[in-house]
Amino acid sequence: MSFDDLLADDGRVEPRDEMPDAYRRTLIRQIAQHAHSEIIGMQPEGNWISRAPSLRRKAILMAKVQDEAGHGLYLYAAAETLGVERADLLDQLHTGRQKYSSIFNYPTLSWADVGAIGWLVDGAAIVNQVPLCRCSYGPYARAMVRVCKEESFHQRQGFEILHTLAHGTPEQHAMAQDAVDRYWWPSLMMFGPPDDSSPNSAQSMAWGIKRFSNDDLRRRFVDMTVPQAEILGLTLPDPDIRWSEERGHYDFGPIDFTELGEVIAGNGPCNRDRMAHRVGAHEAGAWVRDAATAYEAKRAARAEGAA
Amino acid sequence: MSTAWPLWEVFVRSRRGLSHTHVGSLHAPDAELALRNARDVYTRRQEGVSLWVVPSSEIVASDPGERDAFFDPADDKVYRHPTFYDVPEGVEHL
Ligand SMILES: [Fe+2]
Ligand SMILES: [Fe+2]
Repeated sequence: MSFDDLLADDGRVEPRDEMPDAYRRTLIRQIAQHAHSEIIGMQPEGNWISRAPSLRRKAILMAKVQDEAGHGLYLYAAAETLGVERADLLDQLHTGRQKYSSIFNYPTLSWADVGAIGWLVDGAAIVNQVPLCRCSYGPYARAMVRVCKEESFHQRQGFEILHTLAHGTPEQHAMAQDAVDRYWWPSLMMFGPPDDSSPNSAQSMAWGIKRFSNDDLRRRFVDMTVPQAEILGLTLPDPDIRWSEERGHYDFGPIDFTELGEVIAGNGPCNRDRMAHRVGAHEAGAWVRDAATAYEAKRAARAEGAA
Repeated sequence: MSTAWPLWEVFVRSRRGLSHTHVGSLHAPDAELALRNARDVYTRRQEGVSLWVVPSSEIVASDPGERDAFFDPADDKVYRHPTFYDVPEGVEHL
């Protein structure tokens, strides 16, 4: 079956199938960027592991951050089925030639930020990722199925943190509110630019890489989240949010996309820190990788000597 | 140098009585580390009771371009299916 017939039939493209170069390139860029986001995303929350307020919270947070490492691995493996090398993708990340989600360039100033990230950032990621489980490229779709299964715990643990804080002392409530105030708008920006300035969306939709437009997904996220905020007893920092009977959706205020542009351009609060930490971790871990390689070489040489 | 770690395909048996199913892949320098990494990456939530790791380079795959020629000998052998046969009214347990 040809590539076009396969797409028309809502079928899945598999690694050894013929596919247009532009489709392959677009997928590599998107999956790599997604993988980079997962592993860079470990940093803001990793910042709080050693300061989690209880052993229970600490164990949960470690499990969550470990999941994100796993998500990175699933996605790098999916990208590699398209004929690229993981080392090369990491190199492109480290030299700034490939991006990661700009949400991870915001700092985690308080414990409540861990809650806000789980609730809002993982929540937005889920809305983005669920449709990707039906993406036209098989290995990416299958990786997303695994990722989505694991994400729902991430969002719930964040919601639980905020719920506990919001129903605690006035100081704890204020801390939760402050975190939501800072993370709300950046979370809405996670869905990307508005549809009328998202030039590549149409092609990605035609290829079955993208299933819904940025604005549709953003609207879905707002509709899900506003009632949850009410249950938390926290407000969202947007005076324009109100239910629209005629549209059947929540209205919300305009998003400052110049901020998104600035953060993507490298001028967010933590861009430099995140990259320095990532490159540092990669370099500091080199001896472990080298030792494992040397050990295997020795074992192979011994096996050969014995034979 | 570490970039040369081979790729391994990971198969998980989710419970006794089911076959191992392909779940993904990973890089590791040797089989033992491949197994340990596979445990940490693919069975963090009790997804399995048994794991296989197989060097990807050892897998021989059929060619998608040859798919039609390769598989079409089965196309005209409908008589291999029980539904091919007419069973007279009233016959039971057949
Ligand atoms: Fe994730
Ligand atoms: Fe997550």
